[in-house]
Amino acid sequence: MRDALSRAVRTLQIDTRLLGMIAALVIVWIVFDLLTEGRFLTPRNLFNLSVQTASVAVMATGMVFIIVTRHIDLSVGALLGFIGMTIGWLQAQVLPDLLGIGHPAIWVITIFCGALMGAAIGAAQGYVVGYLAVPAFIVTLGGLLVWRGAAWWVTGGQTVAPLDSTFNLLGGGAEGTLGATWSWLLAAVTSLAAVGLLFLSRKRKSDHGFAVKPFGADIALAGIFVAVIFGFTSVMNAYAIPARAAARMFAARGETMPEGLVLSHGIAIPVVIVLIVATVMTVVARRTRFGRYIFATGGNPDAAELAGVDTKLLTVKVFALMGFLTAIAAVIASARLRSAANDLGTLDELRVIAAAVIGGTALSGGIGTIYGAILGAVVMQSLQSGMAMVGVDAPLQSIVVGLVLVLAVLADIIYRRKTGD
Amino acid sequence: MSTQASHAGQTPLVELQDIHIAFGGVKAVDGVDVDLYPGEVVGLLGHNGAGKSTLIKTLSGAYRRDSGSIRINGQEVTIENPRDARHHNIETIYQTLALADNLDAASNIFLGRELVSGSGFLDDDRMEAETRKIMGRLNPNFQKFSAPVKALSGGQRQSVAIARAIYFDARVLIMDEPTAALGPQETAQVGELIKQLKSEGIGIFLISHDIHDVFDLADRVSVMKNGQLVGSARTEDVTKDEVLGMIILGKCPPGATPGPGALDGDAS
Repeated sequence: MRDALSRAVRTLQIDTRLLGMIAALVIVWIVFDLLTEGRFLTPRNLFNLSVQTASVAVMATGMVFIIVTRHIDLSVGALLGFIGMTIGWLQAQVLPDLLGIGHPAIWVITIFCGALMGAAIGAAQGYVVGYLAVPAFIVTLGGLLVWRGAAWWVTGGQTVAPLDSTFNLLGGGAEGTLGATWSWLLAAVTSLAAVGLLFLSRKRKSDHGFAVKPFGADIALAGIFVAVIFGFTSVMNAYAIPARAAARMFAARGETMPEGLVLSHGIAIPVVIVLIVATVMTVVARRTRFGRYIFATGGNPDAAELAGVDTKLLTVKVFALMGFLTAIAAVIASARLRSAANDLGTLDELRVIAAAVIGGTALSGGIGTIYGAILGAVVMQSLQSGMAMVGVDAPLQSIVVGLVLVLAVLADIIYRRKTGD
Repeated sequence: MSTQASHAGQTPLVELQDIHIAFGGVKAVDGVDVDLYPGEVVGLLGHNGAGKSTLIKTLSGAYRRDSGSIRINGQEVTIENPRDARHHNIETIYQTLALADNLDAASNIFLGRELVSGSGFLDDDRMEAETRKIMGRLNPNFQKFSAPVKALSGGQRQSVAIARAIYFDARVLIMDEPTAALGPQETAQVGELIKQLKSEGIGIFLISHDIHDVFDLADRVSVMKNGQLVGSARTEDVTKDEVLGMIILGKCPPGATPGPGALDGDAS
């Protein structure tokens, strides 16, 4: 049995570390489902889990690049707060005066400004790390204090609300979802793309005369992809919007809701954002020079330099990208709460780093994957909301999360030692 | 000054003239002249710390010289970083091999010079195909194309570093202690390779602290001591013991052209 299983894994050429992480996640989910008598694995809870994970997941993809290049960024939580406050203030207090309340361009201008701000602040921190050679730990520890303080100064500590109504959709409330039809469409398109890429890569490899997996293995892999995508979509579509909220949505459009209609949430918009970010970041990591240089620099900075890589400029770019992703996370986080408060993102830096590290990113540099970081973020969030549902005391929650972080890294180190890679 | 009869009328491939580099107050390289002709192997010898690696790193772009000039085919060139050196087809195999251990062979060979597809994305499959071709020539036993180079043996890692240096039409090849980490059979392979590259007209600098690695392969040797050139000689004009005397004592034999670092009494 065991032999057959390990042979199957080898034939499919699946990353065994990925399998381990998925297994850990499944165990966490089943345990919480038993402890909550079936309340954990419900469409409603899984939908909430997906929305709660989004902001940390977006930042965790950027943290992979930071940690792979042997740096760290402790400032992301505070920067998220500062950007969140600034874009809140911009869309609630500045732009309505200039353009009129509810102007359709407000959310676009706001997000553009936030993204620019994140990239610029990230680049500035990266410049100090790369060119002035101050350790990233110190630069971003300073950043943590600076940006948290700056967040307070934007409005003198006042919470900003309400935010622009289009902007709020990006946080994924009852309205900030794709609904059933679009969710199925997205699932179909994603499945087609995944299967298409799988067989395209197979064809390219065999055109070059490389050995490829047995055809059945690729078919099985494609089947797993499609099953996961449609499984997730059907769970999200099974979560109905409460009748009264649905009626309000129809009323807002000046229509009345047909009797007996049940609307689905479907996939939340922030989850779509995570999907896009994860896809783009994976392509950057594997298919671009920039990504290749990130991993080369993390593996051996001297070798990268001797191969002509400008590692200082690379550091600036990696931190700028982290800042940009922090801005996207700030949009998701403030839109989800429909307000911006100056404690937004508190302790997120630790959640983000933990997600990347649980996802297999090595602090010694050179190793890490985007999908791993996202899985890590899901594991972290599952633990937290699961414990909250079970009613674990808050102090015990952080003790458990802390222990899990250390154990996850220990397991990873032992795994690497055994497999020798 | 070290122009040989056999090179009369020929322009040297590389001329390093009056190179100076100091670290803090220490003169690591102090006014050294070395040259190299096409199809020639020049051994650069000296104890550890004699300054030979530092000197040659000005040519590979890893260090910037304080003063002095570098000429390629008689033209003065500016080499301020490894990219400049690569631009002049100067390739280096470093003693440390300078490989990114977490990447596979193809990614290392093409690092900094990746093959991209029409859309600008990395073409990993083509890079792997090219890697299979060149490794088939250099080291036919090499099979681990998708493993990180960390998983390779010393000889295999060495062949990846060599492949990287010769894939891109090198004109000048710098090999820093190329056989230090190799067994006898692999050392012989590297020797064969050097002869083959030499016959293709590539100029090769062989850097070593061990004369036995170099003497049989080199056409000429230049010996450094304490940052200065003791002297240069054609290997047919001197014996191994005489070169050993140059390395250890700084004593220049009659068959060699003395440099500023030669012992005064023998410099006549």
